[in-house]
Amino acid sequence: MASLKFHAPQLLAGSAWLTYGRLQPAATHALLYGFAVPAGLGVVLWLTARLGRVPLQLPGVAFVGGVVWNLGVKLGLLGILVGDSTGYEWLEMPRYAAPIVFAGYSLVAVSALLTFKDRRESQLYVSQWFVLAAVFWFPWIFSTAELLVSFAPLRGVMPTVVAWWYAGNLANLWFGFIGLAILFYLLPTLLNRPLYSQYHAMLAFWVLVLFGGGCGIPQSAPLPAWMPGVSTVCSLFTLVAVVAVAINLYRTSASGRPDGSPFPFALVVFSATAYVVAGFLNSAAALPSVAAITDFTFFTPARTQLWVYGFFGVAVFAAMYHILPRVLGFALPSSRLVKLHAGCAMTGLALSVAALASGGLAQGRGLNDPEVAFLEALRPGLMALRLSTLGDLLIFAGQLALCLNLAAALVGWCRRGFLPVLAAAAKPDAVEAGR
Amino acid sequence: MNRGPYLFLGVFCAMALSWVGLILQPQLQIGWGRQETNVLNTLELYPQARPGLAQQGLQVYRSLGCATCHSRQIRQTGASFDVGLTGAGTNVPELVQAILKVKPDLTPAQATQQAERLPAILVASVDKATADAAVTNLSVGGAKAVANLVALGPDIARGWGSGRSVAADYLFEQPALLGSQRVGPDLANVGLRMPGRAWHFLHLYDPRAVVPGSVMPPYRFLFEARKVGAKPSPEVLRLSGPTPKFDAGGTRTNWTTPESIQLTAAAAPPSGFEIVPTDDAQALVAYLLSLRTDVPLFERPLSAALAPPGAGTTNVVVTPAPAPAPTPAPAP
Repeated sequence: MASLKFHAPQLLAGSAWLTYGRLQPAATHALLYGFAVPAGLGVVLWLTARLGRVPLQLPGVAFVGGVVWNLGVKLGLLGILVGDSTGYEWLEMPRYAAPIVFAGYSLVAVSALLTFKDRRESQLYVSQWFVLAAVFWFPWIFSTAELLVSFAPLRGVMPTVVAWWYAGNLANLWFGFIGLAILFYLLPTLLNRPLYSQYHAMLAFWVLVLFGGGCGIPQSAPLPAWMPGVSTVCSLFTLVAVVAVAINLYRTSASGRPDGSPFPFALVVFSATAYVVAGFLNSAAALPSVAAITDFTFFTPARTQLWVYGFFGVAVFAAMYHILPRVLGFALPSSRLVKLHAGCAMTGLALSVAALASGGLAQGRGLNDPEVAFLEALRPGLMALRLSTLGDLLIFAGQLALCLNLAAALVGWCRRGFLPVLAAAAKPDAVEAGR
Repeated sequence: MNRGPYLFLGVFCAMALSWVGLILQPQLQIGWGRQETNVLNTLELYPQARPGLAQQGLQVYRSLGCATCHSRQIRQTGASFDVGLTGAGTNVPELVQAILKVKPDLTPAQATQQAERLPAILVASVDKATADAAVTNLSVGGAKAVANLVALGPDIARGWGSGRSVAADYLFEQPALLGSQRVGPDLANVGLRMPGRAWHFLHLYDPRAVVPGSVMPPYRFLFEARKVGAKPSPEVLRLSGPTPKFDAGGTRTNWTTPESIQLTAAAAPPSGFEIVPTDDAQALVAYLLSLRTDVPLFERPLSAALAPPGAGTTNVVVTPAPAPAPTPAPAP
């Protein structure tokens, strides 16, 4: 939505609250912490309970955690709009919001971990590995980052390094792991056949655990050269995991037909494709020769959008459409709205990402040629931004469809007075899904 | 056999590797960095803490999210060397011979001419070894020759800086907002590139008035319209008289024909009112004016100072100082 501002820079200029420099970080904050993380947490609770064949432990604690989390995120959003952002990407939330968010996460995590501990299924499935690692990892990276960036900030450029490390970890080891857990669970379930290879999945797991966290430092960083170098190496190693996942999912789904509604399946396929494409783009952008063109352009937001929204977000949507009927005990009120949401989300994303990526490349080529005037070099980027706004509007329309459907489902659910324990898990998603 | 705890430990250690590599180790290397010595002038320490108003300006910069669109880091792709002759010494015929050895394509007459017009760049864009050899060859009979380092890269060619940004540049920045987008030009040296307070106020108030086609949103809320009193406020926006104009890349477009600026319709104050910058605007501009990274350091060897646009190219020819004694200096 912030991209609307580029059509008319004069628009909304009268108010400090709504200036682009605040709207853009606020939008990032809302996407990450208002939608992606709580939606992921909801799926985590459900997967932990389902794969452990045990009801959710302490559902009340998880519910309170979800509420606390949302309060913290909203406070943070307000804080960014009044100008209290920390200024570090992906850690924009002001200092006072962070402990609330952290407390909310901890409560949900406690419920998830107790559920895992009480599991009745002794055989661990790969998805549980991914989920467990991610659930443990977030408090560690978040507290480290908040401590070293906001509460006891390191000197000079170091908080930026910490923020890059945090963003790389959150992307690869939280969104990446939970997204993969969903794909590894949903694809075999929807197709009603076993995963092609547990070993491929474990290979991906260990490679990501070792190298996934080291990818955050951009090549342009004004740091001693070994630091971006480490990130290049780590990014290239993660390709092993991407290829292993691609083979695994492809072999699992080969010539398979889902029974039932095609939409969770279509979303899963889209999400898996986005994972592979984004994985390759991320590794490519970590090569110094490519980064010389793509850094500082719209190529970077294109990669982020493909990863956070195209891969992770769509996987979460697929999971929601799979989970919600089971949690609620009845099918979602409108299958047409599901169709509309899935269609809008996938088209909008593809449009937005393709526009930003190609526009970013053109912009990067222009910026690298000192003969091209700056505004001239920016022009393809702005063009891409206009196209991506169209994509964002499509996504937004899809979200409205989702909200409408969820609202209808909630009404139906209340009317039936049916209270499955797991409903608490779906709650945070429902509140924030429309960001 | 219960392997759970070992597996848990193994996963934790594997994940913690990135913490050791990208937080602990960088902190050990650059986290306790101190002010460095300017390698051209050993008395000057770099960086210097910004004055108070500029410090407040950094908070305005952070709060308004300027870093969303503006990077503050210069990339350098490499370096080349120019060989300059600064003094002819006493033995001119020998120097002419030396020049002919360095530049075999010159005629003796041209070489003599070269030896008389000093200082001059004799050889441009060569590598370090060639430059050093040329300096040795030219240093005959008291003649003075220097190898002048020229940083390369598109950012530098655009005039955004004279050399790469290094960690030391941000030592006193809290927060250090490096930015990851270039929707607007890089600001690492904006204090050197742009001509001063009045221009910055105008640009913040109405970007398109001074940079045609700018996509920067106007920051009119940093200004207030006041009724003109008995005499104008000291910091009032100067809306008439010659104002330098720039294209968005920072190249001045009207050096020859200064013109009055035309505010866009929405920005023009009602008659009888004047536009006065608020404290926030004053602080922000003080901060922007304090942004410069043209100091030569061990990890950023530079030879020539960044010349202000259009000020004519003065050949400040200085040799990069030799590497300092083996102190635990950060790798370049």
